[in-house]
Amino acid sequence: MNLRLILIRLVQGFITAFLVFTVVFFIMRLSGDPTLLFLPPDASQEDIERFRSEMGWDQPLVVQYFNYLGDVVQGDFGKSLTYGGSALEIVLERLPATLELTIVAFVLTILIAIPAGLIAAVKPNTLVSRGVMVVALLGQAMPGFWLGVMMILLFSVALGWLPTGGRGGPTHLIMPAIVLGSWGAAKITRLTRAGMLEVLGDDYIRTARSKGLPERLVLIRHALRNALLPILSALGLTVGIMLGGAIVTETVFAWPGVGRLIVQSVLKRDFPVVQVAVVLLAVIFLVSNLVVDILYTVVDPRIRYD
Amino acid sequence: MTENVAQEPVAKIQQTEVSERTLKSRMIRSLRQRPSRAIGLIILLLIVLAAVFAPLITPQAPEDTSLQLRLKPPFWSDESVSPYFLGTDQLGRDIWTRIVYGARISLAIGLLAMLVAGPIGVFFGLISGHRGGIVDATVMRIADAQLSIPSILLAVAIIAVLGRSLLILIVVLGITKWVEYARISRADVLKLKETDFVLASTVVGAKNNRLLFHHILPNVMTPIIVLASFSVAEMILAEATLSFLGLGVPPPTPSWGSMISDGRDYLSNAWWVSTWPGIAVLITVLAINFVGDWLTEVLHPRSIL
Repeated sequence: MNLRLILIRLVQGFITAFLVFTVVFFIMRLSGDPTLLFLPPDASQEDIERFRSEMGWDQPLVVQYFNYLGDVVQGDFGKSLTYGGSALEIVLERLPATLELTIVAFVLTILIAIPAGLIAAVKPNTLVSRGVMVVALLGQAMPGFWLGVMMILLFSVALGWLPTGGRGGPTHLIMPAIVLGSWGAAKITRLTRAGMLEVLGDDYIRTARSKGLPERLVLIRHALRNALLPILSALGLTVGIMLGGAIVTETVFAWPGVGRLIVQSVLKRDFPVVQVAVVLLAVIFLVSNLVVDILYTVVDPRIRYD
Repeated sequence: MTENVAQEPVAKIQQTEVSERTLKSRMIRSLRQRPSRAIGLIILLLIVLAAVFAPLITPQAPEDTSLQLRLKPPFWSDESVSPYFLGTDQLGRDIWTRIVYGARISLAIGLLAMLVAGPIGVFFGLISGHRGGIVDATVMRIADAQLSIPSILLAVAIIAVLGRSLLILIVVLGITKWVEYARISRADVLKLKETDFVLASTVVGAKNNRLLFHHILPNVMTPIIVLASFSVAEMILAEATLSFLGLGVPPPTPSWGSMISDGRDYLSNAWWVSTWPGIAVLITVLAINFVGDWLTEVLHPRSIL
């Protein structure tokens, strides 16, 4: 992938991020002016007016939008309405927790799903392969939050092995990472299996085998590499689904990340925090898709994006 | 992303001309070959019947509470109370009754949200693919922007602002899913535009709208139907998730997601409150996915798979 195309991608990504920013701004203000939520019920009309004009909420929405945009360009994303401090700082404080959870879940997904899909494709009609496919099928049909609740029931309440929630050592990570990774793992397993089955019938695999290459080499160098393309684009989507899934998973396990912050801030109508958090997640997603696009050209040099 | 424009347009036209008779026999043959699909279809029919005839198969109304019957266990326990064979929740409501009535909510929302997402997505996909240029660029950029916000996040934000109601839930879920329909129908229009029959009707002087909705639309319906079947299942999962977060159907209307959420506080002494509704979601989504697999095989829409 040449530099020019990466540049085009970056510009496209930037436009998209800007659109996300705009859409979220207007959605968050659909409910009207939040002034009354922030003042005591006995506040005088005068106080209300003063607070409203202090926050700039008495101006037309479009003016508010451009004012905010001007601030953002200068690096000021506004103050949190509930915590007081800078909205950006509050979100960034929670980011490591979400990244830790998402990265562990993502690595877990790849480590489990691709080998599982491979086995299911190479040894069909065995007990292992059937088992893998049944688990994958269930994983895609199961609500993630319910899996989380059931795991808490089994491993925390009944057996007492794992903590029910919060962030701490590795034991705190196990259940949230499995829950967050389950949907993606199920999807990737099925895709790997389908891709391998399709590729394994091809002529070049027969050629590779007939020239006496060890089976492991045939499977990994020849077959998996060709089956990897659809898996790669699914991995890009999986990152997006995980970032969304973080909202639910973090809520189930009281994980102090951006997802839980978003739910809490949405319920409190803390606009600046929601604004920053959503745009940040969108940017992470856009960047990971850009990485996937570049990886594409590494795996398949035929693709040139012109 | 790469786009495979103008590939196998001929094959696509031919397969949509499959006659009724062979389609029917293919459907039946597929069910015989893969019993899981037949089982999925039967279970889905049973769930629909249960939802429709809910009052006939449940002992009481889903909102009926009873303080004496709080958190009674399922039938195999000594403390179980007849006829509440799945047990009762923290307000003494019958869990079986609430699951059956919950099926009404889940299925209705799944179907209606699909009926919102489908037409919006197909409409914009057709226009986008047909007109090209600035229209296409605008629609696709909006689609990209939406795809970069996790759909659950978008739904959470809109519902938190507009409030909780059945109608809002359906519209929001519909809006979060239109993009897939738009992308698929757009890709198909791009392929079809190059085919002889579309060129022919343009030459004969068919107007833009007539061309789009009378000639192109029927030819993109196959992948849309398959997508629609899977998206009902997705909508059901999304509804359960939103209800779990407290942003779904307002109580006391029974919803599987909020039932699971209710049970979280009683995990140590009443595991059944959260467990059963989750199994209901699982079975329903599995059944719909099996039916979707079946439709995929019978209709084989090459364009999406």
